[in-house]
Amino acid sequence: MTGMIQYAWLVPLFPLAGFLINGLGWRSLSRKMGATIGSLSVLVPFIISLLIFLDVRTGSNSVLSYFPFIQSDGLNIPFAFQIDSLSSLFLLIITGIGFLIHVYSAGYMAEDDGIVKFFAFLNLFVFSMLLLVMGANYLIMFIGWEGVGLCSYLLIGFWYKNQDYTSAGRKAFVMNRIGDLGFIVGMLLTLYCYGTLSYSSLFPQIGSANDLVSTNAKEWIALCFFIGAIGKSAQIPLFTWLPDAMAGPTPVSALIHAATMVTAGIYMIARSHLLYDATPITREIIAWIGLATALLTATIALRQYDIKKVLAYSTVSQLGFMFIALGCGAYTTAVFHVLTHAFFKALLFLGAGSVIHAMGGEQDMRQMGGLGKKMRITQITFLIACLAISGIPGFSGFFSKDEIVSAAFAHGKMLYAGALLGSMLTAFYMFRLYTLTFTGGFRGTHDQEHHLHESPATMTFPLIVLAILSVFGGYIGLPAVMSSHHLLSSFLGLNGAVVNQPDFLKSFEALHHQEWTLIAISSIVAIAASIAGWAAHRKPAFSANKGLALAFEKKWWVDELYDAIIVRPFLALSSAFDRGVERKGIDGLVNGTGKLVRWSAERMRLLQSGQVGYYLFVMVIGIALLLAIGFFGNPF
Amino acid sequence: MHLALATAAGLMGLGISAAFASQASTLVFSLPWIPQLGASFSLLGDGLSTMLCALSGVVILAVMLMQMNKQVENPHAFYGLLMFSIAGINGVFLASDGLLFYFFWELALIPVYFLCSRWGGERRIAVTFKFFVYTFAGSLMMLAGLIYLYLQTPTHSYAWHELAAVARSLPAGTQLWVFVLVFIAFAIKIPVFPFHTWQPDTYEVSAPAVTIVLSALMVKMGMYGVIRWVLPFFPDAVIHYGNVIATLGVIGVVYASCLAIAQSDLKRLIAYSSIAHMGLMVTAAFSMHSPDTSHAAINSSYSGLIVQMFNHGINIAGLWLIAQMIEERYGTRDLRKLGGMASGAPWLSTTLVIVAFANISLPLTNGFIGEFMLFNGIFQSASQYHIVFMVLAGTAIILGAAYMLSMVRSVAYGNLSEGLITPDLSANEGWAMAIIITLIIFLGIYPQPLIQLAQPGFLGWNHVVSLAAFVA
Repeated sequence: MTGMIQYAWLVPLFPLAGFLINGLGWRSLSRKMGATIGSLSVLVPFIISLLIFLDVRTGSNSVLSYFPFIQSDGLNIPFAFQIDSLSSLFLLIITGIGFLIHVYSAGYMAEDDGIVKFFAFLNLFVFSMLLLVMGANYLIMFIGWEGVGLCSYLLIGFWYKNQDYTSAGRKAFVMNRIGDLGFIVGMLLTLYCYGTLSYSSLFPQIGSANDLVSTNAKEWIALCFFIGAIGKSAQIPLFTWLPDAMAGPTPVSALIHAATMVTAGIYMIARSHLLYDATPITREIIAWIGLATALLTATIALRQYDIKKVLAYSTVSQLGFMFIALGCGAYTTAVFHVLTHAFFKALLFLGAGSVIHAMGGEQDMRQMGGLGKKMRITQITFLIACLAISGIPGFSGFFSKDEIVSAAFAHGKMLYAGALLGSMLTAFYMFRLYTLTFTGGFRGTHDQEHHLHESPATMTFPLIVLAILSVFGGYIGLPAVMSSHHLLSSFLGLNGAVVNQPDFLKSFEALHHQEWTLIAISSIVAIAASIAGWAAHRKPAFSANKGLALAFEKKWWVDELYDAIIVRPFLALSSAFDRGVERKGIDGLVNGTGKLVRWSAERMRLLQSGQVGYYLFVMVIGIALLLAIGFFGNPF
Repeated sequence: MHLALATAAGLMGLGISAAFASQASTLVFSLPWIPQLGASFSLLGDGLSTMLCALSGVVILAVMLMQMNKQVENPHAFYGLLMFSIAGINGVFLASDGLLFYFFWELALIPVYFLCSRWGGERRIAVTFKFFVYTFAGSLMMLAGLIYLYLQTPTHSYAWHELAAVARSLPAGTQLWVFVLVFIAFAIKIPVFPFHTWQPDTYEVSAPAVTIVLSALMVKMGMYGVIRWVLPFFPDAVIHYGNVIATLGVIGVVYASCLAIAQSDLKRLIAYSSIAHMGLMVTAAFSMHSPDTSHAAINSSYSGLIVQMFNHGINIAGLWLIAQMIEERYGTRDLRKLGGMASGAPWLSTTLVIVAFANISLPLTNGFIGEFMLFNGIFQSASQYHIVFMVLAGTAIILGAAYMLSMVRSVAYGNLSEGLITPDLSANEGWAMAIIITLIIFLGIYPQPLIQLAQPGFLGWNHVVSLAAFVA
């Protein structure tokens, strides 16, 4: 299948066409039609991506340039795509999982009047996400970067009549914009230092013999881009938008706020690995922010009752794990976790959606319980996902998370202890979630119980596919003690697309003899925490939380804190500007000038008395003055 | 009939601009005008002028489409004055003679005075009076500056080249105050903080069509004046005051964005958003002038500046058109009383969302291109404050998102009040918005034609670029 790469432009073209058809024809297209067009325009690119993937596996890669995007003296940015192992892998994730979620949405949104519009937005999202990963320079990545933000905004506020939802959408976009400012400054710094934004001409410069840019400047560039990643991938301090983003329909949470968009930050850093190789300080910051986020949000997930909120905090926490890996220099490990996380987190969200669908919109787990009896497929697939995310040996999450924990171990003991604690919390809250939802007796109303049903095939089919991937997806990255061949990292390493940081590689290889021990420790922790999570919630009693548990439930009051120290002071400042500085201050000065003119004019007017004698008198004085000047010369 | 005539005039302007644009060379037209004074009727159409005339053609076309089927009291006078003002604006963009420039400058202003004071809303007399006196005071200072330069010319001529040569050879001290005289007129028009307070009031009370002409076109006269009649004329002064004025620009960006958030009147919100955008352009125009700034950075900055002038004109016109439609449907501009437009008028709401995102410079809309180039220019400049300028001005992308999305939320989302009917886009409204949105998307995806037009080579460019050499 050589030569497939040159058709890469078709990949984003289909979802764009799907967006245009559904977006312009939302009033005339039937619901079925809209869903079919929407899903097909992701299925076709998936097939093309598969062919491209096979092509890339044989070692081909290329940069495809289409037209000059911004070209003026000193600024030369082409509209170009870069197809290599990293982007082709992400193409598969985006279109593959994207397609499954489109199919699922056809069932989930079947009753919604806005379904055609919904598919239009989903297609636009896929298009933007594809631009993000296919772009051959940072500016094209940024187009996708902000494009997915737009779609996220539109889809969070999809049910626009509820102003809480639309305000969650606004919050997501504005917080992302804070990160985006960092991204823009990063791009401008890169242009300033290296004069280009294209990966293919930028990265060979970094660290080469004639790289004159100071390490400090590189650290700043790396840090600015990382600020962008903090916004998009919801890390401390910009993570609070993601849980609110759950206001959107559940397939949106699965696709955008779990599997794809929020991993853009990880993609970006993996893409820029040669830059981050050269910036140890920034990587250290990344690792610790990742750990802090992973732990903080895992504790919050322990005490949430909304099924989607638990999953949302779990997502933020897992993203934190990925940043730990990036911070250690284990870029391929982070990408590995992106991949497996995409499988099981999409599955968890879709499973939750199936539950919410059956419960008639109810999301509070205190009203659930024993759903397994009525929804077997949902229950089993959900259980598989829980096993995977908890890191139970044999399931996909085990392999990727074990790699992260080992990477943390290679980096330092503190980071290792933190990561281990994080994975323990993960297993605990996931089995709390599973137990509260699917086991025991039903705690909801009689009507809800009567209404319980398994979801239609359009919804269970994606669950089954994702469950299979959640089980077996990890085998592409077996630990070195089990297999000498790590399929994923050797694929990512093709043509040097993503290679782990050299120092990290050395210390990681030195761990060889301890690897079995590490695997044993993390397996025991995961299994024990899972059992504990199950045992503690078998017979649930929901009493009011106190102390630390209350802090968990209240999300450590971070939202309230931001509100008190940023939002409200800022609003107060702007209305003070409006009423004080603007109207009384500046405009007062302007009007004051006007009044001064009028006042002095009224005084001057009095000179014009209308008496001829007075005029004559002044005239004589004037003539005398002129004569004096004529005789004695100009004194001035 | 009057409408058709006016539309035809807009189309013709557009056609002529397009014809100019397709020519590589600069078009020059010159007739003796007042030879006794050394003033000639000289017009010059280069990339910069052509682009701005094309902008006025597009904007007037959209305005006329919008005005169709709308009742205006005494329409002949209204459209006549509007066209008169457009003639003045186009003249400003084309004049290459100092006195002619001043003549057109006032020609654009005077009809607007009558338009505002006769067809405006309540409080119009007081507001229009202030607007007129304020801007007229600035104009007179400019006239004084131009006359001073004229008197210094060896041949007593108002020709651009003569004035520029004389201005550049003035002793540094004199150059500073002549610069202040001329710049004040433009600063008021743009408006540069703190000369902006006339603007929200004026926009608020003017008739919608007039507001669009003011906001999309007349403020560009100020920016154009800076590019053509200030930067090439007063290199010493620009270097001397560069950081101060760039700072005012940055203050304008942040301050106006903060104020926009506090507004509850739709029109005032848009007005402050426009002030913030213009502030960024001012910062870019004046942060270039450190001796070490590279030609590439200056080129990028000025191309970006010119591209952004065009794009801002398109986007702000789009916002005003939508504001007008909203006010017609709801009978109010109070954001607290609006809401639910997405259910009643989905297409109109879609255009609102698109134009709003273009205004906060989302990539693949035209707003992004110019803004990115401006940021790049500011950042690459050798001003010692370049990073501070860029980052502070960059907060506009966060604050802009905050106030624009809040506005969209108040207008489009939520529930429609009981019994309120908001009809969707009518045919002519749809055409007007289609023009705007086509340009937003097309120039966002493929901005190259615009960037080409904005490339170096226009009148005064060499002077601007040689600023660095001038000092060194």
